[in-house]
Parts: sequence; structure tokens; C-alpha cells
Amino acid sequence: MVKKIKNLKEFSLSNDRFEGANLMCPGCAHNIIVREVLNATDDPIIVATATGCLEVCTAVYPKTSWDVSWLHIGFENAAVAAATISAAYEVMKKKGKLPPATQKMVDEGREPKIVAFAGDGGTYDIGFQSLSGAFERGHNFMYVCLDNEVYANTGGQRSSSTPIGASTTTSPAGSVSYGEKMMKKSMVEIMADHGAPYVAQVSPSKWKDLVKKVQKGFEVNGPVYINAQSACTTEWKHAPEDTIEVSDLGVDSCVWPLYEIINERDEHGIIYSTKLNITYRPKKKIPVEEYLAAQPRFRHLFKPENRHIIDLWQKAVDARWEYLQKREEAGV
Amino acid sequence: MAKDLKEIKDIEEIKELGWDELLPGAALFSFREPVEDVAEIPMEERPYAPTNSHEWQVGDWRVEKPVYNRDYCIDCQFCWVFCPDMSILSRDKKMIGVVYEHCKGCGICVEVCPTNPKSLLMFPEHMDNQEALAMWPKKEEKK
Repeated sequence: MVKKIKNLKEFSLSNDRFEGANLMCPGCAHNIIVREVLNATDDPIIVATATGCLEVCTAVYPKTSWDVSWLHIGFENAAVAAATISAAYEVMKKKGKLPPATQKMVDEGREPKIVAFAGDGGTYDIGFQSLSGAFERGHNFMYVCLDNEVYANTGGQRSSSTPIGASTTTSPAGSVSYGEKMMKKSMVEIMADHGAPYVAQVSPSKWKDLVKKVQKGFEVNGPVYINAQSACTTEWKHAPEDTIEVSDLGVDSCVWPLYEIINERDEHGIIYSTKLNITYRPKKKIPVEEYLAAQPRFRHLFKPENRHIIDLWQKAVDARWEYLQKREEAGV
Repeated sequence: MAKDLKEIKDIEEIKELGWDELLPGAALFSFREPVEDVAEIPMEERPYAPTNSHEWQVGDWRVEKPVYNRDYCIDCQFCWVFCPDMSILSRDKKMIGVVYEHCKGCGICVEVCPTNPKSLLMFPEHMDNQEALAMWPKKEEKK
């Protein structure tokens, strides 16, 4: 059943199923994303979480912050955990062995939703093979990547999501280096190429866009990948109160474009139609420099000898925005 | 001597226990009794177990606290949706107040508040809320 959320006031009637007094940093965007995802539906939710900030801080002995069924598993296999939950649920439903309370909800049309949360480390690097496998097998679940572009839980090491020029503990900026040397991996396209029926990129500051995409994902039959921008006060080094502003700057400068890719497949699994929709177009595209200036992890780029990296950033962002627009126009 | 969870009645008792003092395999539940449909039950009516973080507090992390002024609030709910710690109480589409036990003092609610003057402002933790309300700034004229 799709929950009706017309505006923010209606959305605020939701009863949170994620509890306070967890140990996430003040101003952490992970929490905002988790809240928005869980509140997008009133149906029962089963959550699997990979190791990472979210797991470590919401299940500290002897307490839990989850009011939904919750499973913690290794760093690398959140996708497999969610996939097996989904497979087990399908079998139990077929055999009529669901618990009475669940069965009642299923009869009312409130199917349980299965969601996996993982950080960018558990998605882009460590969890990639299991994620790829689960998507290839086509289980019915949603995978949400909380992308803060760094291994924040273990002290800020670079991941393959870290963008060029960022200073991290394993790619520190200094007199000989401008920080991270590699460009960011384009995970959304990679997951779309698995043939997943629905793949989207979201930002917590655009809550309505996020909720709409999550609801669409819940309705789809098959694996769904959501890439969520998660501003990190500790590793991006901005002030806690600026989380939403930094997220907005990312969206408005097109560093973090909001779009979705819908694949339609026939019964043999052959993709016969792919569509890319840009769901948010900034009224005025701001220069990337403003996004970078808001985060002290890029502070060194403003030195004269590193200025060329900012130009490179702008070029890369413009090229990507151009590419997305061309794809949307061509309907591929 | 390791303890079973059933023997623990008081939340204070769990706080004193070390990590190895609970029976191995003791499940830590969110609620005292089975709850069928959590999404339908507002927070005030849920039978929270002492092992739910809702029963704990992180308020002592703060140096500054957000103070809420009903007079200027337009119930837009921006603070509710962007609060990372479920600390903005909102019932029947109206903003009621701040849960000081769970608020970590990040200040996002103050940043996103659109009113003029803001209906949420940060004040020093030790200050009394009434005192803070008395020194609320006046409306800023647009230049």
C-alpha cells in the first residue's frame, strides 16, 4: 500500500521507527536518510545493515535504536542478507507459514518491505561482489547506499567513492599532494547496467524527491538501488548545522544530480527499454567552487598551486550533467 | 554471575552491568511485549524496553540547546523532517517542542527554520528557557 504523502505536514504524521539517543554524530545525514526512508511507508520493514557508522552507532550494547526487525551482518554482505530475507519470505508466503500478524498485514495489502543499508565502503568496495550477485539474481529488495565518500567509521580512509582532491587520512593533502587522485566511481550507472528495474540518486535535503523515489522503489518487483548523498560532519569537516546546506549546494551545483533510471525487461530478462529521468533541475546552476568551499576537506584546493583541480572538477561536473541531459533527451 | 534479561526490571540496573554480565545469547528487545504494528503507535504509547535507546539520553553532549518559540512558528515542519535525532515533537501537524533527552545540539533545526525572526534559536545549555524567550530578537527588516 502506498502511503499518501502530499506535503510535509502530512509526512509529519508518521511515527518514527528509528529511535533517538543513538550514538551517531550530531548533525549526521545518515539519520535523516534512514528516517525519510522508513517513514516513506507504514508497512512492516525488515532492515539489514552492513558494518559501518550506522550499524556501530545504533546497536551499542546493551541497547538498540531500531523498532523494526533488524539484522546486522558483515561489512561485505548486507545485500546478500537482504536477498536471503526476501527469498525466505517468498517461500514462507507460498507455503502459508507466515506468522499470523504478518499474514494479516499481507492480506490487507501491506507486504513487508526489505531494505539494506550500507555505507559507501560497504557498497562501492567491500560489498560490491555480493551486491552485484544479489542484483543479478533479481531478488525483491531495496539497497540504500549512504554515500559519505569516505570510510568515516574507521577514521576517514579513502574509498572508491572519494572524489578527486579530497583530503583523507590515506590520501592526505600536503606539500607534495593535493589529496585523492582518483575520480569517483559512477555507481548508479553500474547498478543500472545490472538490469535492475529501478535505480535512483537522492539527497536528504530534497526530502520529497527522496520519499517519492523510495515509494516507487517499494512498488517495483526486483532489486532497487538508491544512492543517497550523506554529508559527514566529521570527515567533510563542516559544522554540524550546515549538513542540509552542504547537501543543497551539492544538488544545486550538479555535483550530486538527482535522477532515476528505469529498466523494463521482458519475461526472458531482456531489457527492451531504458529511461533516464532527471527529477530535479537547479533554477540556477551554481559553480562547483561554492560546494568545495563549504567543506574544509577541500580547503587546500584553493591554494594557487592546486587551482587546476577546481577547474578539473568543474569540467567533470559539466560533462556529466551534459551526459545525463543527453540521455534523458534520447530516452536511453 | 551472568544475569538473564528477565531478571532486570529497572533501566538503571542495565546501565551498571558490564558487557559480559548478561547471559550469552540474551536477546535485547526494543519493546517489553510483542508489538504488532509499530507504525500505527505514537512514541508516547509504545511499551519501550529498557534496552531501547529511546529510554536513554544523549542530552549531555550539548553545549548549546535549541529553544522553541511558539509565537513565530508557522508549523512548516522543516525542523521535524531534517532533525537527525527524532528530537522535534510534532503531533497533528503541529510542532510541540524539543525532546531534550535526545537532542545532541547540532543546530540543523535552527538553520532550516524559515520564519523571521526564527522560531528556534540556540542558547547556552545552562540558560533557563523562560529567560531565553524573554531575550528573543525582534523581526529583522529587509534591507
